[in-house]
Order: sequence, then structure tokens, then C-alpha cells
Amino acid sequence: MADEQPEEIDPIKQRDRRNLAIALGLGVFIVLVFAVTILKIGGSVVERSF
Amino acid sequence: MSEASANSQASNIASPGDYFNLLKPRVMSLVIFTAFVGMIAAPGNIHPALAAISLFAIAVGAGASGALNMWWDADIDAIMTRTAQRPVPTGRVPRAEAAAFGWFLSGLAVALLALASNYVAAGLLAFTIFFYVVIYSMWLKRATPQNIVIGGAAGALPPVVGWAAVSGSAPLEAWVLFAIIFLWTPPHFWALALFKQGDYERAGVPMMPVVKGAASTRRQIFAYSILLAVAGVLPTVIGMTGYLYLAAAAALGAYFIYAAWKVLRAADDDQRPAVHLFKFSILYLFALFAVIPIERWTGLHG
Repeated sequence: MADEQPEEIDPIKQRDRRNLAIALGLGVFIVLVFAVTILKIGGSVVERSF
Repeated sequence: MSEASANSQASNIASPGDYFNLLKPRVMSLVIFTAFVGMIAAPGNIHPALAAISLFAIAVGAGASGALNMWWDADIDAIMTRTAQRPVPTGRVPRAEAAAFGWFLSGLAVALLALASNYVAAGLLAFTIFFYVVIYSMWLKRATPQNIVIGGAAGALPPVVGWAAVSGSAPLEAWVLFAIIFLWTPPHFWALALFKQGDYERAGVPMMPVVKGAASTRRQIFAYSILLAVAGVLPTVIGMTGYLYLAAAAALGAYFIYAAWKVLRAADDDQRPAVHLFKFSILYLFALFAVIPIERWTGLHG
């Protein structure tokens, strides 16, 4: 298969770049859900007397 | 899914940028802006960070529907010069990938909006995506010259989604913003269709100039322009905005009608008035909606 690839653009390299972008996207999603959770709970959560 | 799909997987040379282009960044910028204005105009208190995350979710939802549109319309896009360089028709992104990307992002965007704001906003975002992809792209676009008139509802919903994200409801005021974009869509797209008529004809898309001819389209553009100019001043009439907005809406609306009049009176082979109206229509919407936050921040909204 590797022989059939065009020489200018390496598909393995492109795949790595796509994987990196997916990882960053998932990271952003995790951070956002965490931030939303904290913001929705509100600041007083740390003062709760469990 | 067979051999062709397997080969495209092995030799997939798409960059992350190609996937980003599936989100239709330029359409997305208008969605972000109009949704933001809906948020500003709405009453209610929401944490600024939650508002920002909600706006991000709306943007991703809009982008996802753009990707799904490119998945469904790949055959049309390949024929039209305006869209032939999109990632799917050029073969950089496999068609099935555009579908998976779009559906996946749609789910994430709706879920994130539900978490960050409320279920009314999330439901409206889901409906917007459904309307754009299923009602407009899959059904109306290839079926009727009223395609972009009815389909325009999808593009007009973002300020309502933004409004709901902040206030948890979608009252009449939000639907006035909807009405402005809804009435703006036909003259905007028909002006484009007038000077890109050959494209749509080749692709077999029943745009108004293709089906009813240029003369009829120009008359309808003019009629919608008058309706748009009237709808443009409604926010002040119902007390949502102030006199600065009224002045801007009146001036912009008057020029819109003038530009549409030039299109109506143009010689058949003269496309310049249509190009001018198309460009001005984009400026019109940006300028009109920009006045709403300006009024809020300067305390001029009455």
C-alpha cells in the first residue's frame, strides 16, 4: 500500500496530525464539561458541611 | 463502505484544516454573531463563562450541520464552481467521514448546550440542525424553488437559541430577530442565484431564477426587501431596542430597498446590481445586529 501513496503528502504524517487534533478536541470537551460542572454547582460547594 | 471506502481510509491525506472547513467557518461566524446578539438582547442572568460555553456549543452545532450539508450535497457541490473546492468534492475528506464528523459533533454540541444552559436552548439547537440537514438539505433544496425561503428558518434560529440559552424561554421578541433573518434570506440567496444561475442549473438545483426566470426572481427579491425593511424596525416598535437602532434600521432598510430596486431595473445581462445587493445584504445583517449590543452597552436601548 505504501508504494501507492503520493510522495508530496505522507498519509501517516497526516493521520498523526488528525489524531493530535482529535486529542486536543477531546481535551477541550473534557475541560468545558468540568468548567460547566463547577460553574453550575457554584462557589459555595467548598463551604458545605458534609 | 466497500473497496472504495477501504482505499480512501488507507490513503486518507486530509489535514485537520480540511475537517475544520467542513464546519463552513464563514457561515459559522454569522451564526456566532447573531446568537450572541440574541444572548445580549435577552433578559436574564447567566454566568459569562457559561454564556461563552453556550455560544461555543451553538457554533459547533452550526458547524456540524454545515458538515452534514456537505456530506449530503457532495454531488451538487462537485458540479458548482462556487463549491467544487470543498473538502468532500475534492476527495480530501471521504464522504462517510463528513457524515460521521457531522453527526458526532451535533450530539456533542446539543449535549454541551444542555449542560451549560438549559433544555429549551438545547432542544432549539437540535431542531435547527434537524431543520437544516433533513428539511432543507435532504428535502426542500432539490424539490422546490421555495427551498431557501422555508430553509431560511434554520439560519434564522440562532438568535432564538441564544435568547433561550440566557433566559430559558423563547418569547415574541426573540422571534422578531428570527423574522428579520428569515425575510433577509430570500433576497440574499436569490441575488447570489441570479449571478450564479448557470451553476445551479447545471447541478439541477431548482433555485428561483432557474425555475421561474430572472424577471420573476427580481420582483420577488424586491417584495421581500420591503418586508425585510419593515421587519427591521420592529424591534424598536415592540420596545426591545431604542432610537439609535431605529435610525440604523431605517437607513439600512432604505438602502436595501434601493439596491433591490437597482436589481429590479437592471438590464438582463447586467449582473452588477445583483452582486452589489448580495454583498450589501451581508453588511446589512452584520450592521443591523451590531447596533443591538452597542445600544445595550451604552444604555441607549430605552
